[in-house]
Amino acid sequence: MSIELINIWYIVAAALFIFGLKQLGSPATAVRGNMLSSLGMVIAIAVTLFNAEIISFQWILAAAAVGAIIGYVAAQKIAMTSMPEMVALFNGSGGIASLFVGWAALYNVGNTTFTDITIIISILIGGLTFTGSILAWGKLSEVMTSRAIVFGAQRFFNAALLIALVGCSVMFCLDPSTTSPYLYAIIALSFLFGVMAVLPIGGADMPVVISLLNSYSGLAACAAGFAINNNILIVAGSMVGAAGIILTNIMCKAMNRSLANVLFSGFGAVKEATKVEGEVKPISAEDAGLILEAAQSVTFVPGYGMAVAQAQHVVRELGELLEENGAEVTYAIHPVAGRMPGHMNVLLAEANVPYDQLIEMDDINPRIDNIDVAVVIGANDVVNPAARTDENSPIHGMPIINVDQARTVFVLKRSMASGFSGADNPLFFGENTRMLFGDAKESLSKVISDFK
Amino acid sequence: MEAVLLGMVLMLSIFLGFELIFKVPATLHTPLMSGANAISGITIVGALISAGAELGMAATLLGSLAVMFATINVVGGYLVTNRMLSMFKKKDSGQPGGKA
Repeated sequence: MSIELINIWYIVAAALFIFGLKQLGSPATAVRGNMLSSLGMVIAIAVTLFNAEIISFQWILAAAAVGAIIGYVAAQKIAMTSMPEMVALFNGSGGIASLFVGWAALYNVGNTTFTDITIIISILIGGLTFTGSILAWGKLSEVMTSRAIVFGAQRFFNAALLIALVGCSVMFCLDPSTTSPYLYAIIALSFLFGVMAVLPIGGADMPVVISLLNSYSGLAACAAGFAINNNILIVAGSMVGAAGIILTNIMCKAMNRSLANVLFSGFGAVKEATKVEGEVKPISAEDAGLILEAAQSVTFVPGYGMAVAQAQHVVRELGELLEENGAEVTYAIHPVAGRMPGHMNVLLAEANVPYDQLIEMDDINPRIDNIDVAVVIGANDVVNPAARTDENSPIHGMPIINVDQARTVFVLKRSMASGFSGADNPLFFGENTRMLFGDAKESLSKVISDFK
Repeated sequence: MEAVLLGMVLMLSIFLGFELIFKVPATLHTPLMSGANAISGITIVGALISAGAELGMAATLLGSLAVMFATINVVGGYLVTNRMLSMFKKKDSGQPGGKA
């Protein structure tokens, strides 16, 4: 097939990606959107195999077979609660693939300086995406501590690292060769950079990091596209890059923090939040059941704790019981609840909660004072009224779901420990708040059995 | 000139990406992300050429590694996205109780 014909097919593939992403905009068309996008991918891969430059196929077949098996097994086996880890690993594999594409492009003859620069960029972004994602995976799966790791000279060290990277890149581009020591230095430094970039970021900030790494994996593909002069890589890569940036932005806004703040500092102990004192009012599962039985409208507010307790199925079961009882049931979801954007929605969808019952923060807040019972399951910072009222709170200014304004609030919690930010939560001491202590799943099961 | 043209393509697709993604509701952010991730596996196109062009053993090896990782992305990404998306269901109207 001639290069022109291949490029025409690439246009078709790009159009399918665009339509696919467009249809991802609504749950009703999203499945088809994903199919269209994968069809685009199949076309892009198929026509590439007709490229006259490709002479031998045995390596391609072997590598693709191994990759396909790993991808297939991972996609089938993964539990929905572990989706953030999965996406982190996929980001990493996209990054390292682009690094290898860039590296291999060095063996092409007749590279211009511009090409060399883009090769370096694809190696750099690919490398840091790879190690950054592995580290994010480690934090998410709690193979290592998910706390932010900050040490004294961190900023100085990172600045030095960045200068070294730029220096090596310039030296390499002045005299590019596949055996240049600067090439290996750049690869090693970009790996180190990825580690350093994710180290100071704590568990609850993971939605931002995953979005950002997602963006990087696209940008790496985009840079690789420049390196090998290929339009489809640039188009698809930059769309993914844009998608990641937008999600990153949404996540940052939902935490009322700038990207720089998330990336460079864990939650600093800069301010001492006003101490909250008062009496918590515990409630038994039995009494909770009675109140729920009388409620006309109930909203569930899930957080990462729901994923940890694997409570999504009992939540749905309780929701259905309440509906049969005549109550209006909704699920209010904060944009940064969980460990990745949309994490809670996927879990609830897995438990068969219809997506039209999943309500966004901005839609539930105006009518929250009409809700009889708000049930907070494993969420803390995203429902902390101190964000609204206490200027000294580390999360002051962060938009929250105003559950404290509902008529009654149940908080399901294992203990009185504070949320990720370490801020005290005045919600627990609220006049209308009842604490249901214990494992969320067990507590809810008890409520359900009493209800029946 | 080539670089300028590619730059033009880059700029337009970034704008297009922004326009498309802004309309995706929060409910679908996870599948959007894994779907976008699958698309970033497009780097496989470059990998295929490097792996098959016989530019020496090193290039072939690097290309093959790239093919493997990119295939993980493509196959795993699309499958897992599909798995997630097929879980999103609208409330069937026959169910008793509350409004949709």
